[in-house]
Amino acid sequence: MSQKQEEENPAEETGEEKQDTQEKEGILPERAEEAKLKAKYPSLGQKPGGSDFLMKRLQKGVWDTISSLEPKGMSSIEQKYFDSGDYNMAKAKMKNKQLPSAGPDKNLVTGDHIPTPQDLPQRKSSLVTSKLAG
Amino acid sequence: MAGAGGGGCPAGGNDLQWCFSQVKGAIDEDVAEADIISTVEFNYSGDLLATGDKGGRVVIFQREQENKSHPHSRGEYNVYSTFQSHEPEFDYLKSLEIEEKINKIRWLPQQNAAHFLLSTNDKTIKLWKISERDKRAEGYNLKDEDGRLRDPFRITALRVPILKPMDLMVEASPRRIFANAHTYHINSISVNSDHETYLSADDLRINLWHLEITDRSFNIVDIKPANMEELTEVITAAEFHPHQCNVFVYSSSKGTIRLCDMRSSALCDRHSKFFEEPEDPSSRSFFSEIISSISDVKFSHSGRYMMTRDYLSVKVWDLNMENRPVETHQVHEYLRSKLCSLYENDCIFDKFECCWNGPDSAIMTGSYNNFFRMFDRNTRRDVTLEASRENSKPRASLKPRRVCPGGKRKKDEISVDSLDFNKKILHTAWHPTDNIIAVAATNNLYIFQDKVN
Repeated sequence: MSQKQEEENPAEETGEEKQDTQEKEGILPERAEEAKLKAKYPSLGQKPGGSDFLMKRLQKGVWDTISSLEPKGMSSIEQKYFDSGDYNMAKAKMKNKQLPSAGPDKNLVTGDHIPTPQDLPQRKSSLVTSKLAG
Repeated sequence: MAGAGGGGCPAGGNDLQWCFSQVKGAIDEDVAEADIISTVEFNYSGDLLATGDKGGRVVIFQREQENKSHPHSRGEYNVYSTFQSHEPEFDYLKSLEIEEKINKIRWLPQQNAAHFLLSTNDKTIKLWKISERDKRAEGYNLKDEDGRLRDPFRITALRVPILKPMDLMVEASPRRIFANAHTYHINSISVNSDHETYLSADDLRINLWHLEITDRSFNIVDIKPANMEELTEVITAAEFHPHQCNVFVYSSSKGTIRLCDMRSSALCDRHSKFFEEPEDPSSRSFFSEIISSISDVKFSHSGRYMMTRDYLSVKVWDLNMENRPVETHQVHEYLRSKLCSLYENDCIFDKFECCWNGPDSAIMTGSYNNFFRMFDRNTRRDVTLEASRENSKPRASLKPRRVCPGGKRKKDEISVDSLDFNKKILHTAWHPTDNIIAVAATNNLYIFQDKVN
């Protein structure tokens, strides 16, 4: 049990460094990294763990996922899109395009005729047996 | 206890040497998204090993009986059953795609000849029954051998159907579907020691279910604030105590763990114990909260301790001491000076799991570059091993790996900048009693065993 009692301050690099290590390697790497990040994305908010960050995580959906692909520093205002049309319109406005393009495979069938279930593209087909079982 | 991987001393006590046993999965360079393994879990006896993948499929392996004529080949795991557990769905009301990725699999303790497991994706939990069929009835009165119905009026004699042996068939059937109880993404499920109930946790809520009842569940934790602007933390993992059926814990994105007792109130928003390691305020940085987020929490088999995994370390907590962990093990401390790029490529949000060995004397967790780390709690030694095809000769010993944090790289060391951050080992499992481990490396499942000395 004495081994465990020795572990008062077990790790060298956790948050609770002693005064000495603060000057050495403990804090400097993290702070240096923070400075690097702030230099790249000046508009990054002060509180990364704050509500807008978490909201992004909670509302992860099709169109929100796409919006989160934008550089993290720029989307500090969390935009939630109503549907694909909404998203594409917003994207079009940002890029100043005349005609917003629809999502990848969505418009293959609609427009000319009434689609049937057989016509629609399969969204995902993972009905193949797993290769682990091969 | 430097984080760069210990000396050549293997973990697990008794001079354990880990050897390659098997690898499952394809060798292609191009990995299909659906083949990425998302969860690995041994059952209570260790005879069955289940994996779930991003394509919603479950594959179960069974350990072969040890062959007396080949005493060196310990029981190997071969495919027992495979089925499509979840399929992609679309929530039309919210315009949200519901991924079929299996987030967690948890086995139920075996009560009869069949095996039961719970598997969950972001929204729906399913109870699967896996049963064997090795007999077939022949000689029905109302049916022909090919299944066609016979005309009842033509039947002049009765016969008793006989059971005849047939090739073993393993069938998986969904027995319960627990749906529509989670607004946010399910991150954990945990079977209670009462074997009747289980919990499911999403980002903001935890629900208690009865295994027999699918149309109702009790909400036992709700941390959703009245005003979402005030949201400061989310639930990241939850687990029932292994022996006390009234106790469970849940971890948060802020690095804290709350232990709740269901006897105290129906809604366990007020914790019974609150585990948090004090932080030195002067060491706080932009990354502090992100890397303190707990990605996994696991009780020890004894029920006396629990282990948490955050981005850079694994901590062991004594349930009787809330103000700090009793052990902290560095997994890959050399990444602290890479946090900026890890934030940019999103790796800083990777959710690593951790696991105990049977006697609770060793713990294991994954890292990058297909490395995984083991810590022996008794000898205080740790080792870094690699899951790779290069070390996949049968019973080949795994050589300890070393990462050079910076500066001069010694021979056989790999520098931090050469690490492949796409090769992440997020899911590992340890056999409940033996020294057999299953390590998921993207689309491949590695099984390692100890070499008997």
